[in-house]
Amino acid sequence: MELVCPAGNYPSLVKAVDQGANAVYIGFKNATNARHFSGLNFSEKHLHKGIEYAHQHNCKVYCAINTYPRQDGWKTWTSSVDMALDIGIDSLIVADSGIMDYIRSRSSEFPIHLSVQASATNLEALNFYHQNFGIKRAVLPRVLSLKQVTQLAQKSPVEIEVFGFGSLCIMAEGRCYLSSYLTGESPNTQGVCSPSSHVRWEENDGVLKSRLNNLLIDQFEEGENAGYPTLCKGRFEVEGNIEYALEEPTSLNTMDILPELHQAGVVAIKIEGRQRSPAYIETVANVWRKAIDSVLKNSEQPTEQDKQKLTALSEGRQTTIGAYERSWQ
Amino acid sequence: MKTSLAAVPYFWTKQAYQDFYQQVADTDIDTVYLGETVCSKRRSMTLQDWMEIGKLLASKGKQVVLSTMTLLEAESELNYLKKIVQQDDFLVEANDMSAIQVANQANRPFVAGNAINIYNNQSLSLFNRLGMTRWNIPVELGQEDLKPVIPKAQELGVELEYQVYGRMPLAYSARCFTARHHDLPKDRCQFKCKDDVEGIEVSTREGDSFAQINGIQTQSGKVSNLLNHWQKLQAAGIDYTRIVPVAPETTLEVIHALTHAINSNQTTVNFADHTREYCNGYWFQMAGLEMIA
Repeated sequence: MELVCPAGNYPSLVKAVDQGANAVYIGFKNATNARHFSGLNFSEKHLHKGIEYAHQHNCKVYCAINTYPRQDGWKTWTSSVDMALDIGIDSLIVADSGIMDYIRSRSSEFPIHLSVQASATNLEALNFYHQNFGIKRAVLPRVLSLKQVTQLAQKSPVEIEVFGFGSLCIMAEGRCYLSSYLTGESPNTQGVCSPSSHVRWEENDGVLKSRLNNLLIDQFEEGENAGYPTLCKGRFEVEGNIEYALEEPTSLNTMDILPELHQAGVVAIKIEGRQRSPAYIETVANVWRKAIDSVLKNSEQPTEQDKQKLTALSEGRQTTIGAYERSWQ
Repeated sequence: MKTSLAAVPYFWTKQAYQDFYQQVADTDIDTVYLGETVCSKRRSMTLQDWMEIGKLLASKGKQVVLSTMTLLEAESELNYLKKIVQQDDFLVEANDMSAIQVANQANRPFVAGNAINIYNNQSLSLFNRLGMTRWNIPVELGQEDLKPVIPKAQELGVELEYQVYGRMPLAYSARCFTARHHDLPKDRCQFKCKDDVEGIEVSTREGDSFAQINGIQTQSGKVSNLLNHWQKLQAAGIDYTRIVPVAPETTLEVIHALTHAINSNQTTVNFADHTREYCNGYWFQMAGLEMIA
């Protein structure tokens, strides 16, 4: 079972590699990937350096080209694919069928991992991508229960990768347009959700308000932990009640079900967070390396202290197993 | 310009569906999509029940399309999907890649629903090769995005459909938000969504519209409305204006008003309802919730 870590830049890549990641995933400095944030991602020069460092340490480099190009931007996406094919990337993480079709027009064998953004949640969807593009692996959306993941992994024609830790997307990825509804920019088109350019904080009489494109996402009394206004994690009014209508600020953490995921045949655990700092990547990769080794080699398990480190790095300082556990649904 | 009526996204009783489609049968709508697209636990209607409504509508000259589920997780859901694809009375709307796979394997043509991510000519051509005859355009694409795509669709003979009325489907989750609101686990949801004719409104604490929850689906809080722009859509190359149902009476009013405007070539659609908020920003390349009069 691989540990797949995020790398938003070269220092993060180095930390992930040093902590024993089996693979890192990166993106280019444009809208072709789902973490198109300012100051993040790789220029061609840094990418050469990163690939060299990773490969020297026996770590693979995956490249996410996992947004959906509109026709006007098509060439930006295909030139990003061209660069990735030529630069020594080990696998492309792709969501758009058009881009997969393009990759296959250039190479019949280059490994494609189906991005979580393609939203394949069942056997026939996996069959579709396997038969049409010969994908090697699929990253499953965070909508399936452990039982469903297990059944799917048993019958799947391709390798299965799942999310282990990090921000929790509660919608079927790649099919959520809430962000463009509110701001005009979405994960599918711009590689962003609840973009920071549209965020505004306001403080009045001790009450802190967070807004997204002027809409009030949440407000915090003194002493309350104020989180980033991700649109699905705010408090709203529903039939007269103020509630977290969609989800609370919380992170995904599947460490407790890692043996079951391994048993199910899941080949890789993905850590979310290319937007996080090198120090964050270092801590998370370190603890998860221990956790995976404890399952694979029966070595020492992560300590309570290790687990607390992860909780401290989580949104709202709380974690959930998410949809893997039926009761969350 | 032709008109279509999307499948009802909400959970109604069998009687309510039957009454509604009896009336739809007597309108001038061209195409009617039928079936459950949101939650497989909603079982007021069997496939046989939908087929009977389909036959009634077909006898009145409507094109009938059977819609499929959007988020499929269980094997039982795939089995139901295969049954829909196997019948050959009606065309099928694929709302998940699994439906495209099953239709393609069975050599059956399909309409690609708007939850299928087609954003460019390469994917449009690919899905056309696999059997797509009509493309119901993703909600977040606007007129400028479509300019370079529409000629390709026309060259391939793919019909184009764009939503002009109703709440937009914006997200699907494993979680049932209606059950969550009622503090119930999804597995024991008591079918609470049957109490809401058109979902539950979610607003900000300042009273601004945010979203509409409908089981595992999250819709736009505002109702999309491009009715008075139907001629612009026609000029752009759109073949079908799509109406997504809200409550039955209002939906029927919208159908009558739009088909009347089209049949008499009038720009303005004679429909006024001030009980709902409207938006149409996506078509104009803005945030979806914006409204251009």
